[in-house]
Amino acid sequence: MSSLLTRAESRAAVLGGVIAIAAISVAIAVPVTALLWRGTTGEAPDLGFDSYLLRVTRFTLLQAVLSTLLSVALAIPLARALARRPSFPGRVWLLRLFAVPLGLPPLVAALGLLTIWGRQGAVNDLLTGLTGGEPFSIYGLSGILLAHVFFNLPLTARLLLLGLERLPQEYWKNAAILGLGQWTTFRHVEWPAMLQPALAAASLVFMLCITSFTLVLVLGGGPAATTLEVAVYQALRFDFDPSRAVFLAVIQIALTIAALALLRLTGGRDDVSELMVTGQARPDVHGRAAGLVDMTVILVAALFVLSPLLATLVAGLSADLPRLLTEAALWRAGLTSLGVALCAALLSLLLALLLIRARLQMPGLGAQRTKHGLDALAGAAGSLVLMVPPIVLGAGWFLLFRGARGSILLPLILIIIINAMMALPFVMRVLEGAYRTAMSRNGQLALALGVTGLSRIRRIDLPALARPLGAAFAFAMALSLGDLGAIALFGNDRLVTLPYLLLQKMGSYRTADAAGMALILATLCIGLMMLADRSVSRQRSGTQKNPQKNKGRMP
Amino acid sequence: MTAVSSATSDRAVALQLEGVQLQLGTSSMHFDLSRPTGSVTAIMGPSGSGKSTLLNLIAGFLTADAGRILIEGIDVGHLPPARRGLSMVFQDNNLFAHLDIATNIGLGLDPHLKLTADQKKTIEAALERVGLQGFGRRLPGTLSGGERQRAALARAFARRQPLLLLDEPFDGLGPGLAADMIALMLEIRRDVGATVLMVTHDPDEAKMAAGHVLFLSKGRIIAEGAIDGFFERRDVPELARYLGTDSSPATAAQKRPPTSPLP
Repeated sequence: MSSLLTRAESRAAVLGGVIAIAAISVAIAVPVTALLWRGTTGEAPDLGFDSYLLRVTRFTLLQAVLSTLLSVALAIPLARALARRPSFPGRVWLLRLFAVPLGLPPLVAALGLLTIWGRQGAVNDLLTGLTGGEPFSIYGLSGILLAHVFFNLPLTARLLLLGLERLPQEYWKNAAILGLGQWTTFRHVEWPAMLQPALAAASLVFMLCITSFTLVLVLGGGPAATTLEVAVYQALRFDFDPSRAVFLAVIQIALTIAALALLRLTGGRDDVSELMVTGQARPDVHGRAAGLVDMTVILVAALFVLSPLLATLVAGLSADLPRLLTEAALWRAGLTSLGVALCAALLSLLLALLLIRARLQMPGLGAQRTKHGLDALAGAAGSLVLMVPPIVLGAGWFLLFRGARGSILLPLILIIIINAMMALPFVMRVLEGAYRTAMSRNGQLALALGVTGLSRIRRIDLPALARPLGAAFAFAMALSLGDLGAIALFGNDRLVTLPYLLLQKMGSYRTADAAGMALILATLCIGLMMLADRSVSRQRSGTQKNPQKNKGRMP
Repeated sequence: MTAVSSATSDRAVALQLEGVQLQLGTSSMHFDLSRPTGSVTAIMGPSGSGKSTLLNLIAGFLTADAGRILIEGIDVGHLPPARRGLSMVFQDNNLFAHLDIATNIGLGLDPHLKLTADQKKTIEAALERVGLQGFGRRLPGTLSGGERQRAALARAFARRQPLLLLDEPFDGLGPGLAADMIALMLEIRRDVGATVLMVTHDPDEAKMAAGHVLFLSKGRIIAEGAIDGFFERRDVPELARYLGTDSSPATAAQKRPPTSPLP
């Protein structure tokens, strides 16, 4: 393989990669070291590995396992129903709707879910109206599970659907001709196709649930239903018990590493964007009763995902938005949020670009060994970010700077770093493929024309990457805008972001204000997500002018 | 070659399409045809002319907007594919990749795979018939392309359905292998007594396999007749253009890339 960079460019790329790796290592290693150092040299925790730690750890695992099982178990019939109904009206919109929770701030989702499922929610009204019984409460394990299923069921269903739609069209035709029937088709065709994506999705969901903070904070309700992350936060901000926070954080890291290993083992990949707009024709599907069952499954899932979003919209619109929009506190929080998100997204993009450029620079400088070493290091830097969840990262920095209460700049910077780290794996995923394509397309031409160095970056590489960069940027911003973890640790009277302000309003029972703010925050994040989605899909349709002949694809 | 001729009016009709119509996007299809029992018919035409659509209609993957489809005298228009009495072999993916060859054939005999001793014998016999004895426990991925098509033919043989539909089944196998496969297919057809419809774009394949040709263009059968002399016809401009013989009266059935008037 010949080099697609000049020698000087290669050297610059390697240097950039080294700087990025160093920066990421510092951002993660320093707080983790602070945690460990504190854990070993600080006053010995009088509690040790007591019943509290045990209970929190057990609950963390329990809710993650149950959330995962529920999400995957429910996604199987849903994905199957969606695959069997490739062309009902609104299918495209439904699949788009299923991508929304991915970018929705957890706090907004929690509020929406409470509006539907809470004590004064629509479901409770209906049930008490019908049975005259007592309203049920979703706070605790049931609320956490509900929220985790809301976030992960659509994601899992899309992954499974992708597995089904990867099957060749002839399989369905064969199933039809051989008269396999629903059960045999499920056992011998659909299930084998869903098994691998189901395992991958399960480890992904487990990973997300074991590090879930906001949903547990809002919906957990009390010490009985607390996870490690929430316990770390409470130990630091309410109980002023650093040694307990350290213990909890270390356990959390161990759990995350185990989950990450599981994810690697199952070949976890979440390329949900590949999903086709219309599914494959299914000549093996017939019968009115089966159709009714499929459409019922789809309708229930659609309602489940749509209702909290609609509730957010309705409640938000009925809030006094004009007054809310004149509140100085809202504007201050909004500007802070945007500023933090902007910086975090930029930092994340910069680090990702440096890492990717170093990773993809072809051999040409030094020995092959150097390159492989760097490649492995860059990959490890990506994993490192996943190993240390934002709250733990924040806890380390928090201990190091004793709460960072003195200034306003320091916590701001820490929040930006944490948010940037949080977004890095996603940004890397969006950019790496695009960069690879752009390099293989333009690399040799640029070398041949002698366009090198900065002018090459400016005139060739960046324009070719404009769309994926935009997408990654928008996604990173949405993630940072919706994040409550870092600000929950470092926020104070002077440092308030939108989610933090929203939490304060919820805490002081300013329900209408909270609803209005939730709508504003949701609009911002979903708008950014749609922007990201659009620029990615436009790029895809622009670059792949190679429509395959889909013989079996019928309108 | 085959003993099938176009003078078969006295034989039973295996397949009949009466005024079958279908609107697919902007293109409209209209088919009328009748094929006698035991005949082998090649379906030819430029890409987009509706060859696969015709097979999909007969198989029941598509439902006609109007008209009747009769297989052995029974109107199958409302029957699901499995109950129409047919087997089908595609160019690829005829076998479920994660199931071994015997299971793939077994699914064709009993969808619930509760196979009787007789059915197991049938599977062995079918494998032997196509020269794949001992391949029953192998996965499709470990077989060559030709062997996989043999296995697909073995399933058709084991199922013994009156109608056999082939959608470019021997494409990409190379001329020698394709000729062997056609010979095997014809033997199986004789053993089973099936009527065969085969989509192909290779006149040589058509001449080897079929006694009759349907030539399609823009969703209609614009020419049909006995295979002998069919490719020498000069009265159908689309046919000449398809064969690449419109300008020079070269040898018939000359293999040239077909022009495609439709995208």
